[in-house]
This record gives sequence, structure tokens and C-alpha cells, in this order.
Amino acid sequence: MTTSLTTKAAAVAAEPTGADRATAPRATTSRRRKRPPHTPLRPRPSIPLTLVTGLVLVYTLLPLVWLVINATKDQNGLLNSFGLWFADDVNFWDNITRTLTYDDGVFVRWLLNTLLYVVAGAGGATVLAVLGGYALAKYNFPGRKAVFAVVLGAVAIPGTALAVPTFLMFSNMGLTNTPWAVIIPSLISPFGLYLMWVFATEAVPTELLEAARIDGSGELRTFFRIALPLLMPGTVTVLLFSMVATWNNYFLPLIMIKDPDWYPLTLGLNAWNAQAQTAGGEAVFDLIVTGSLLTIVPIVVVFLLLQRFWQSGLAAGSVKE
Amino acid sequence: MGWGFIGPFVAVFGLVFLAPIGYALYLSVFRDRLIGGTSFVGLDNYGEALADSRFWEGLARVGLFLLVQVPIMLGIALLVALAIDSGRLYGKSFFRVAVFLPYAVPAVVASLIWGFIYGTRFGLVGNINETFGVTLPDPLSPSLVLAAIGNIVTWEFVGYNMLIFYSALKVVPRSLYEAAAIDGAGEWRIVASVKLPAIRSALVIATIFSIIGSFQLFNEPSILQKLAPNAITSDFTPNLYTYSLSFSGQQHNYAATVAIVMGVITAIIAYAVQLRGMRKG
Repeated sequence: MTTSLTTKAAAVAAEPTGADRATAPRATTSRRRKRPPHTPLRPRPSIPLTLVTGLVLVYTLLPLVWLVINATKDQNGLLNSFGLWFADDVNFWDNITRTLTYDDGVFVRWLLNTLLYVVAGAGGATVLAVLGGYALAKYNFPGRKAVFAVVLGAVAIPGTALAVPTFLMFSNMGLTNTPWAVIIPSLISPFGLYLMWVFATEAVPTELLEAARIDGSGELRTFFRIALPLLMPGTVTVLLFSMVATWNNYFLPLIMIKDPDWYPLTLGLNAWNAQAQTAGGEAVFDLIVTGSLLTIVPIVVVFLLLQRFWQSGLAAGSVKE
Repeated sequence: MGWGFIGPFVAVFGLVFLAPIGYALYLSVFRDRLIGGTSFVGLDNYGEALADSRFWEGLARVGLFLLVQVPIMLGIALLVALAIDSGRLYGKSFFRVAVFLPYAVPAVVASLIWGFIYGTRFGLVGNINETFGVTLPDPLSPSLVLAAIGNIVTWEFVGYNMLIFYSALKVVPRSLYEAAAIDGAGEWRIVASVKLPAIRSALVIATIFSIIGSFQLFNEPSILQKLAPNAITSDFTPNLYTYSLSFSGQQHNYAATVAIVMGVITAIIAYAVQLRGMRKG
């Protein structure tokens, strides 16, 4: 029902970026070139504009600043000091130690679960997307167009429309409450497949593959020795987006996992919050705040290190997920 | 040989996309009763969903959310993208990274942080009340909670949309601006007559994905529910409703029906926006 919508959406997404796509991985070097003199088209920086746009900057950074400041407070400081300034005593390291050791170190268990879901889920999603995108870009096989149309159509289907039936199916298969229930659905990234198709079409010259075949190289060997190295920048982009999606996933584990031993960090924090809000539950607000900070630090670091990849990814895809 | 490479993707795709859709359609035409067990009821569930006021109230709520939150978020995103692209900002790469940063924050953590900030007792709102001797309205009260959620969603996705617009602006040929400037067009005129038409498809795509996202609203209200149980009911959004039908109410057949109806409505509206947005002129 939604096939024509997204095929078209994908086509227009690709259109304005077509020229930029091939050069996207090189964007960082060109940024360093010498600044040309100011002209009407390269205007002088403006202080009023910087200040006005700075309001948005304050808005986006303020909650993160709040988080960092409040991760230094104990329960008492959290309740009795001003939110945007430090309390009298700094409990940062103590908070981290207590977050990691609370309830027999359950936070560490959640962290390891999250890592498992990210490595298996996002890693697997990237492998499937790279292989599939390469096939769509470089092979002509029966059913190719159908695969393309169906997968792109799926992008428009609300994920939650699938959640209940997927849960019931997995429940019948005995997969709920196991890591598989989170990993298997994470393996499919229609956006990743689309991105790899776009990328492989441009980055891998068909003549190169032909030449390898003439030299007697098998298809698998050609893929690993010739195509894969050329596909690396696109692969990192897909991996990055899949990692963020898996690391931040809440809805899928919420329906699939009932056993706290298999919770990812997001569900664990949510459980601590539920406990703190319940009458009689131990109020662990300081652990929730510090745990939140520990949850976002790894993903923010990955983001900052791999900046150029998400930019080229959004340029080529313009797709949420 | 192509199938050898795409086979694994297609197999898993069938399992986690196509099979659940088929299963949902199958579930939606049956009904499970305590007495009598499962029986085929044709389209009865659909009739019930279309007459279900709890479903429609949730839909109206996300509709209102969509009409207010999406234009604000996309408007801010567009202004920031234009500001960065204009080359007139000090520290423009810092702007780009810092505004995008919230996208890396999980919805759970974003909702928890904002939930703390909203608190009137010991949150930032409470701090301000105490320090300045004022009484700000409670963001988690029933009348304001939708706006409070809208703020969280805006915070999470404004940078993401900004980057989509910025990426689209970056590939507009600079010679177009030169030509317009020679014709005497001012900066705002260039924005309205050159830049915006040039990134039209990016605007349409961002709008479509924001519409889909609004209709699927679940994470933020689901987490804030613990802080504001009276303001956020179990049928606050269609997705929360589906979730509670299925997991608290065990009404799997009806939940699958509501999910399908919601999916069809989302697709129709997204498609209508697509058609309108892509029309020339």
C-alpha cells in the first residue's frame, strides 16, 4: 500500500545529493582549505545572528549541562540545591561507584546486554545491508525490482504496528525473554540497505568487477578483495546509524524482555525510575541521573569521533531511524 | 548470484516485517472470548475500532501534537540550517555538532532529564519557583503535559532535521546565489526564492517523517507516565492504547486491528503530504 510513496520519497531524497554523494567522504579535507576574502557571497560573521542562533544552542545544551552538574550530587544535594549549580559537596566518583555496584552490579549487567545487542544487532544489520546493497547495485537477478519495492515500502510502516504481532509470533516460537527477541528484529535496516545500494552504485566501478572476473576471481573473492574496501565509508555510516538505533532502543526490548537480567540500559533506567516513583520503592534519583550520564557518554563519544560519517549518511539518505 | 548476497537480508526481512504484517491481518479478523474460544468475526474488529472513542481521542491528541509541534520543530531546524549555511555565524561547526547532539541521547534518557527539569517539587521548575518566589504552571499537569512532551520531542529531533536541511542547502550551486545577487535580490529574497525551492524535497521528506513519528508517539509519554500518572492515561496516544490493550488487557486481536487502522491512516496522510509537496509550482 505504501510502496509507491517511499520509492518516490527515496528517489527525491537521492536527487539533490547526487552530485555530492561521491565526494562526501572527502568533505573534511576541503573544510580546512584557506578562507577566501569576504564578499557579498562569503559575508563577514555577524554577532547578532550568532547570538540569536545561540539561543537554540542554549536550548539543546542546557539539559545536558543539567545532567552533568547533577551527576555530581548525592540524593540530598539533588533535592536541596539549585538544579543548574553544584551542591556543596561533589559526589561524582562516589555516584559512579554506587551506580555500578547497586543491586549486585545490575547496571554493569545491563551495559553488557546493551553491548551484546549493539554488536550482534547493529553488526549483523550492517553485514546484511552491505551484502544486500551490493547485490542490488551490481547484479541483475530475477526479482530484484520486487525486493527493492517491498523493502522501501516497509520504511513507511509504523514500527509499532508490527510490534504486537511480532511479539506474539516470537512468543509462540519461544524467543521472547531471550536476547534473540531483541537481536533478530534489529538485524533489518531498510534505510541501511538503501544507503548501501546508493553507495555501492557509485563507489564500485562495474568494470573493475568485470576485470576481476576475467582474471578468474570468484564472486565471493571479488567481493571481499575488491568491492568491500571500496564500500568501507558507506559501511561505517550504516554501522553508526544502526548502533545509535540499537543503543537507544526502548520499545522493542520493552515488549520482548520481562526478565531484568536481559534488560538493556534504557529499560534498566526506566525500571529504576519506576521504582523511585513508587511508594515504598527505594528512591534512587542520584543513580538514575548518574546512570543516564553513563548511558549517553559512549554513544556521544562515538558520534563525535565519526562526525563526517553521519553527515554523509544524512546527505545521501535523509531518513529517520 | 545476486540472490546469494541479498538472500540473508530477504530471509530476515520476511521474518520480522512480512510475517508480522500477515499475522496482524490474520489476528484482526478473529476474536478471542473467555467462553467459546477463538472465532472468526470478519471485519467486526475494524467496525469496533472505527467506533472506539478511546482510539479517536488518542488520534485527535497526536493530530493536535502534529499540527503544533512539527511546524515549530521544523521551523527552528530550518532557521538554524539557514543561519549555518549563510556563513555568518561565529563557530559554525560547533553549532552544527552541538545542535545535533541530542539525537544521540536515547528517548528514555531525554524523557528522564526533562522529567527532572519539569518537577515542581525539586526539579528546575521548582527551583525557579522557590528562588524567585513565583509559581510557574506545572508542566506535568493534564493541561500542559502534551506541550511538555512536544518540547522533549522537539529537543531530540531539531538537530536531526537541521542537518537534513543543511545537507540539502550545501549542494545548492553557489552560482545561483551569485546570479540572484547580481539581479539585486537581498538575502531574505534569496532565501525565499532560491534556497527554499532548492531544498523543497528535503522539506517534504522531513515533514513526512515527522508526521510518521508523531503518529507513533510512544516512548516519551510512556516514560513520563510514571511521573504524571493522572495526566498521561493508558490511551493517551494510539500506540500507548495498542500497547496497553495488548499487554495489560490481553486483547491481542483488537490490538492488532487498532495497529493496522493506525498504520493505514498514517500511510494515507503521509501519501497526501507527499502528493501535495511534490506538485510543481
